[in-house]
Amino acid sequence: MNDLIDRALDAADRLGAAYADVRVVERSNEQLTVKNGQLEAATSNQSAGFGIRVLVEGAWGFSASAVLEPTEADRIAREAIDIARASGRAQKGPVELDDTPPVTDTYRTPFREDPFAVSIDDKLRILLDADAAMARVPGVAIREGSVTSGREVKSFASTAGARIDQEIVESGGGIEATAVNDSEMQQRSYPNGFGGQVVTGGFEAVRALDLAEHAQETAELAVALLDAPQCPSGEMDLILDSTQVALQIHESCGHPTELDRVFGTEASFAGTSFLTTDKLDTLRYGSDLVSIDADATAPGGLGTFGYDDEGVPAQNVPLVENGVLVGYLTSRETAPQIGRRSMGCARAWTWSHIPLIRMTNINLRPGSAGSLEDLIADTREGIFMSVNKSWSIDDRRLNFQFGDQAGWLIRNGKRTQLVKNPTYTGITPRFWGSCDAICGPDEWTLWGLPNCGKGEPMQIGHVGHGAAPARFRGVKVGVGRW
Amino acid sequence: MVATLDEIDALLDRALSHSTARQTEALVLAQDLALTRFATNRIHQNVREHDATLQVRVIDADRIGVASTNKLDEAGIRDVVERATAIAERSAPNPRAAVMPEPDGRTHDPDLGHVSATADASPDVRAEGARAVIAAGEAKGLESSGSFSTSEMTIAVANSLGIRARHRSTKAALLTVMMDGFASGAASGYAHAGSPDVAAIDAEALGAEAAEKGDHMRGAGELEPGEYEVILEEYAVAGLLEYLSYIGFSGLAHEEGRSFMDLGARLMGETVSIWDDGADPAGMPSPIDFEGVARRRVDLIEHGVAKAVVHDAATGSRAGTGSTGHGLPAPNLLGPMALNLFMAPGATPRDELITSVKRGIWVTRFHYLNPVHPKKAILTGMTKDGTFLITDGRLSRPLLNFRFTQSIPEAFSDVRAAGRETKLLPGEFFGAARTPALHLGSFNFTGVTATEGGE
Repeated sequence: MNDLIDRALDAADRLGAAYADVRVVERSNEQLTVKNGQLEAATSNQSAGFGIRVLVEGAWGFSASAVLEPTEADRIAREAIDIARASGRAQKGPVELDDTPPVTDTYRTPFREDPFAVSIDDKLRILLDADAAMARVPGVAIREGSVTSGREVKSFASTAGARIDQEIVESGGGIEATAVNDSEMQQRSYPNGFGGQVVTGGFEAVRALDLAEHAQETAELAVALLDAPQCPSGEMDLILDSTQVALQIHESCGHPTELDRVFGTEASFAGTSFLTTDKLDTLRYGSDLVSIDADATAPGGLGTFGYDDEGVPAQNVPLVENGVLVGYLTSRETAPQIGRRSMGCARAWTWSHIPLIRMTNINLRPGSAGSLEDLIADTREGIFMSVNKSWSIDDRRLNFQFGDQAGWLIRNGKRTQLVKNPTYTGITPRFWGSCDAICGPDEWTLWGLPNCGKGEPMQIGHVGHGAAPARFRGVKVGVGRW
Repeated sequence: MVATLDEIDALLDRALSHSTARQTEALVLAQDLALTRFATNRIHQNVREHDATLQVRVIDADRIGVASTNKLDEAGIRDVVERATAIAERSAPNPRAAVMPEPDGRTHDPDLGHVSATADASPDVRAEGARAVIAAGEAKGLESSGSFSTSEMTIAVANSLGIRARHRSTKAALLTVMMDGFASGAASGYAHAGSPDVAAIDAEALGAEAAEKGDHMRGAGELEPGEYEVILEEYAVAGLLEYLSYIGFSGLAHEEGRSFMDLGARLMGETVSIWDDGADPAGMPSPIDFEGVARRRVDLIEHGVAKAVVHDAATGSRAGTGSTGHGLPAPNLLGPMALNLFMAPGATPRDELITSVKRGIWVTRFHYLNPVHPKKAILTGMTKDGTFLITDGRLSRPLLNFRFTQSIPEAFSDVRAAGRETKLLPGEFFGAARTPALHLGSFNFTGVTATEGGE
């Protein structure tokens, strides 16, 4: 592998690159899915390859191949150079990178139990036990559970002298029950929607979920939702559970603080951002309670790593401090444009993609509102929503609408009527400005989000969001005709 | 290309020969993708990717194992077969999913939709396309963003029951968003085109379309959300069709009661017909599926009535229809997918759709669509890059973007007119759709984006 890396960098240098980096990546993934008591899917996927990124006369070129041979390194380096020269046909000024010093280092995700060493039988038993518990609940049409394991081994090197080897290990799992009648379909997931919880770490994280223990209540809620009344429409105080706060952070803080979006380089696909750089250190993003950090060092976070794919070390940087915008997610190309050095957010999905600015773990600091039950008790009238099932936000990340799996009306500090299809909508800074309570550290969870899409060609990002339940005053809920 | 066609054939043979399972399927997906991306009037990302993946599915005593690799040497092939076999041996039997298709005697054109000029397109071709778009935007004082991609894809499948199928295709796609800043009310225009043939992409015309739209969007103002008549351009219609396919045209979603497709029931207006046809050269052809089955034309909505859903081998077996040729790579938790959508055009010239609208909204495209309630086919999303108030049959002023929350079958139940012309558009996430523009009697806009800053 060292031969290929050296040859790729030598070729790029020889052919005229002012800067080049190469990543060699091998990714393995195993997934088991049980559906209605049967093993629906069992897969073992492996993909390996390398990508070369070059700067020629201030313009970028990139090419990637699955053929891990030194001669292919020559061919791909030349192709990247040719592509960079074509980029030069439409340039405004040279790309300039920050002065991050090159590093030689290794990083490995800490874990106790290697997820690839756990037998299929063991994984299957966990899923079948949960399935059996869900099956005991009458009225459940579809029962599903999955566990996933991932390993990415990658080497990064650059003509500036960086050489970094990393091994990132991921584990996750979850269950979901679906109830159906003629006009309705209702779902309940544990511990979160869209595959459950995923972390960087070992299989101990999956065992800790205790899927079987939570299976019956998960199934019972799905069935109960079928006959629950529709979520009312109007403005009311809204309490979100930590999973929904996590997605709210993702869409309305994580994405708009990506500095490439702010500069317009994602405009044709994902959109732009209302958080333009003239607002840095001045914009009132949320209430005084709202402080949000980008922490790539958080133990277990799905956005935790040693170095990003430009060789920049993982960091913990504030984005919002006591409600004021104070930072952005940056890369080596974007950070100097606001007079800063990269805080290490440039990551690529696979060997065949270029690094883009991606969220790390974007975490809302916990507050002092105690437990979720304390917060509900402190709320005279309102609604509590739990676990996302629908999300949409405009291209500047202002107007959003979310739908959750379940809602409960709150009357006089008590959780009362269950309601189905709860939705809420708002405008980002007004919404965060209405946040008047955040639960404490005991309610705070670092959720993994393994399906963040960005870029062309589309890349999937694995990111994390730490959140506790929070309350927002006077929010529009129950959107649309039902 | 990472693997030639002969090498792909040899890969399939070797994978099948290494397996001792009762049934084995080998699938090769080879892709050579190049994409030139531009923003703020410059090329800022420019990439190429060469990859080929071998996926092996084995079935033995109703036990299924699937593994994949892109290490395509002898050791890699043996390893992927061994991993799939090891998974199957440790798996529990699942007879409802353990179905592999058999040959049905239908043939297809293995090169339908393959154009050498697209496969061979250089980065200079894409850069010149980007320059043409940027120039069109500059002429109207707009900054251009977008992407110009050219790709070649080969799908090859063989299984031990006798399936042997291969198809290679090309795709060229150019899209642009043109703006004069990111503030609320800033100008914003859009255009998008796709074809198997890169020569069919007219970058200058596409740039001019987006620039004109963007120029007309200057100074957008608010309008109270609510129910309005709408003209949906082809871009907007194609986005809705892509999501209807995702949430409801699948045989698995129908089997599980998750789909809005109540077969035999009238769901939409009399003039609405939607079908899927992977072998129609007027689309983005993909005449075989990922199980090697020739795609059949499936009439999904016929004159407003739900007629059929699409199937892969497993759902088709359970439904008693057999596969319609809509399988995705195994194991497929999503179920079969309609990827080559068509909507019937109407008789009204596209430019005359607006003339009968007294007061309504013109929608160029939608952004960030997502299902709110799949079984009712309620979607939400934002308008984008060209939203106008229509007054007395004319565009009267540009509008800030709306959010809608709307059942799409309900909206398609009141189609006042459909455009005579159609556009072929690559999907945002998958497939392609050829659709007309539509005039709908009512569409429910439930919110509006904020003015600058949103504070």
